[in-house]
Amino acid sequence: MSLLTLFVTFFRVGLFTIGGGLAALPLLHDEMVGGGWIVEERFVDMLAVSQSTPGPIGINMATYVGYTTAAVPGALVATLGMVTPSVIIILLIAKFMQNFAGDPRVVSVLGCLRPTAVGLIGAACCFVLVRSVFATGIPLFGGLQVDATAAILGLVLTAVRYRTKLHPILIILAGGLVGMVVF
Amino acid sequence: MANHTGSLPSRLWSLFRIFFHIGLCSIGGGYVMLPMLREEMVSKRAWVTDERLLDYYSIGQATPGIIAINTATFVGYGQAGVLGGVTATVGMVAPSLIIITVIAAFFQHFYDVALVQSAFRGIRVGVAVVLAAMVVELARKNLKDVLGWSLCLAAFGLILVARVSPVPIILAAAAVGLCRHELKRRSQS
Repeated sequence: MSLLTLFVTFFRVGLFTIGGGLAALPLLHDEMVGGGWIVEERFVDMLAVSQSTPGPIGINMATYVGYTTAAVPGALVATLGMVTPSVIIILLIAKFMQNFAGDPRVVSVLGCLRPTAVGLIGAACCFVLVRSVFATGIPLFGGLQVDATAAILGLVLTAVRYRTKLHPILIILAGGLVGMVVF
Repeated sequence: MANHTGSLPSRLWSLFRIFFHIGLCSIGGGYVMLPMLREEMVSKRAWVTDERLLDYYSIGQATPGIIAINTATFVGYGQAGVLGGVTATVGMVAPSLIIITVIAAFFQHFYDVALVQSAFRGIRVGVAVVLAAMVVELARKNLKDVLGWSLCLAAFGLILVARVSPVPIILAAAAVGLCRHELKRRSQS
């Protein structure tokens, strides 16, 4: 596997990932497992590590696969390939927005995108909630279950967040520390 | 937008530091980056407004690339031009590069440890709490009229119930924006 092929492959993944890092996963799976670079089980291991370490999953996966195929240069080149399309496209859009910021059409479009984005983030939040609190445990309605320990932890953390305005990372780390004891 | 003052190298250095910090703190999926970004950029430094952050986010969703990277490039460009965009992105990916390289080299079975898995169950609860708190605040500030609420609920429902991808939803919302502008223009003339 040459570094150039690695770059081109991840450039392609970066270019066709639309709608978030998780959207990169089927593409990556296709390229890596389908292309015979990595076996299925290894891919799943990499995914578990990428999800449980800091940073966007797509970038973590690129670094991991790059390192596995060509050590440190591979990690750098794969990650570079993955972010290059984003950087180019966003710089172009940012430049455009700067020039047309006052255009009434742009203002009207952005005015409609903002509430939509709130809805999208709300939906993402529900997915995380379902995975963390409503995945297993006491059955509720409609096939939902509630994990009582997780629910109590969630309520306590919510109270702490509203009372103290602690930095989000401290809330998340507190969750992790308590998790080690109670789960 | 309130721009960061100071010489270009000092601005770039702060961008790198802040995004390195955000990259390092984004544990538990890319979405965590948003509350982090909001804390650092909106609440602490007032470099970006909530509205701008939502613009970046929705455009980042509908364009190629990982949202975290798209948003980093956007914020960096706003603060220090092209170099700023590149610097913020480098800062954002640097922690991933370092941590994953170390894990890949030395601790391949890191996730198999039971304690790590329990910690992550707790971390996911923390992530849900932080995200939910942010959604409530964003909704309070950005949903001001019937159109706003309708767009928000439609996006929410389409993703959650119909499992539509975010891309057509953003494009449709943009089309609504264009139509609204056209209607307003016609009613005025």
